[in-house]
Amino acid sequence: MNPQDADIRWIQPPELGLGGRSYLPLFVEGLTTTFRHLVGRKITVEYPEEPHPMVHPERYRGVHRLNRDEQGRVKCVACFLCATACPAHCIDIVAAESPWPDREKYPQSFTIDLLRCIFCGMCEEACPVDAIELTSLYDLSGKSREEMIFDKEKLLSVYDQTKDREPMRSRGSQPISGTGA
Amino acid sequence: MFPIVVEALVKTVLILGGLMMAAAYLVLVERWIAAWVQDRRGPNRVGIPLTRIRLFGLGQPIADGTKFLFKEEVTPAHVDRPLYFVAPMAAFCAALAVYAVIPFGSVLPASSGVPGEPIRLVLAPGIDVGMIYIFAVGSITVYGVLLGSWASNNKYAFFGGLRSGAQLISYEIPMGLGLLGVVLACGSLRLDQIIAQQAATGLWNAFVQPLGFVVFCVAACAEAERLPFDLPEAEQELVGGYHTEYGGVKLMMYLVTEVIHMVTASFLIAILFLGGWHFWGLTGSGEEVTWLEALIRIAVLLGKVGLLILGFMLIRWSWPRFRFDQLMAMAWRMMLPWGLVNLCLVAVLIEWGGRWAAALGVPVGAIEIPVGWVALVLTWAVTAWADPIATDNTPLPIEPLNQRGIP
Repeated sequence: MNPQDADIRWIQPPELGLGGRSYLPLFVEGLTTTFRHLVGRKITVEYPEEPHPMVHPERYRGVHRLNRDEQGRVKCVACFLCATACPAHCIDIVAAESPWPDREKYPQSFTIDLLRCIFCGMCEEACPVDAIELTSLYDLSGKSREEMIFDKEKLLSVYDQTKDREPMRSRGSQPISGTGA
Repeated sequence: MFPIVVEALVKTVLILGGLMMAAAYLVLVERWIAAWVQDRRGPNRVGIPLTRIRLFGLGQPIADGTKFLFKEEVTPAHVDRPLYFVAPMAAFCAALAVYAVIPFGSVLPASSGVPGEPIRLVLAPGIDVGMIYIFAVGSITVYGVLLGSWASNNKYAFFGGLRSGAQLISYEIPMGLGLLGVVLACGSLRLDQIIAQQAATGLWNAFVQPLGFVVFCVAACAEAERLPFDLPEAEQELVGGYHTEYGGVKLMMYLVTEVIHMVTASFLIAILFLGGWHFWGLTGSGEEVTWLEALIRIAVLLGKVGLLILGFMLIRWSWPRFRFDQLMAMAWRMMLPWGLVNLCLVAVLIEWGGRWAAALGVPVGAIEIPVGWVALVLTWAVTAWADPIATDNTPLPIEPLNQRGIP
């Protein structure tokens, strides 16, 4: 690039006055800004004592839960869409014939390996019956690997814990009713 | 003989212990201020070890020190081993040696120690070349930094060392000029004499020689390598500067050295320009003191030093770092002329100020103070008009290839 090119437009910084070149206004401005922040309000959240102020808990991708329907049954129909969508291959479902007349299958076991999970939320996107959702629980830790593998009971208990705080984000779809099987 | 040895040993322990303690806690204060200025809370968790008592984070220095002590001492394979080990020690010792002549109070009452002689609160009392000693020993610090950077055998460390060498040597000249005005006015190189002279007249040198005060403060800040003058270890440009290759206790020595430099700079500014232990109506001014006065004097001096350190820490977060050419221009084109103007002014006032004051029938201070401040305003205005730091950063036109004789 040649600085003499005709199509280059040169922008000059504004000319400093005597005050600007004497550094005094800058000096004062810098110190007052620093001092204002020194005594100003702090934004640190002291985490274990103070909960983190979550602005949009419904958008947060924390621990999973398995939703229940109105009768307290697991909503999941064991269609394997979440397990297929999962990029980390952390969902393991064993399907069985449903004991209820309104659906064909239900998950006999539903296991999420949270050590492999990357909390991308694709399972939630894939689910046709809104059975799996990500909650805003973020303080997830365990003392052993086994503890971090969540089975169906644990995932349902996460729903029981969080259902009042975070209602189901149903998009209006109903469980696919049985086709006479 | 024996009491003098004991006296010296007690003072040494006091100074060394106090300095190490101060260095540890100043690091904590520095981190607090850094956090507060950035709207954070800073370290406030570590309290008494093995308990849940927090004490606002006052246990942090213990944790920091322990971390450094237990770090693995890695010596990179490519370093010059002897120099690599000597360099941080040289820097550290040079920084500590300065405190032999820096008073940390006035005197203790005559009844306290050696019969007939009050204890002076300075490690080596009565050294007539005090300031020269400080400058001589202070210059050795450059060796610590240069040796460390050279021994590291690393480009970034070497750049940091080169910058540091140029900066420290350049700013020693304005620092010396700022000091010369004070020495000329007080007629002594001894720090306790300089304080005593300011206490006797009640006129601190900062009021009489504002120009020298500004020059000395800027130079002291640069000598301490504090932001905005911290180019030797500008981490955005040089990784860690001259201590890139250091770790563990050797790194801690360099870091403590930096803190001690800041404390030294604050002590020198307080003693040379802000009256040392003197405060009007609080400390008295003579050699005869009561115990209460002696303690107040220590508190006043340490209070001034503390405020100056606080100022250094606030300044750090207030301005961006200078570019290296601006740094050099500031030393040679601003601070050096300012120091010369101040020196000439002080010399003229010493020679004729008394006579003029007598002719006008006013005290000498009534002549010296207005002249000093008018000189400061005028010099500052002339500097702003000339703007010696400004550079034209417009790129030079590129000649077409065939005009440069290249086929």
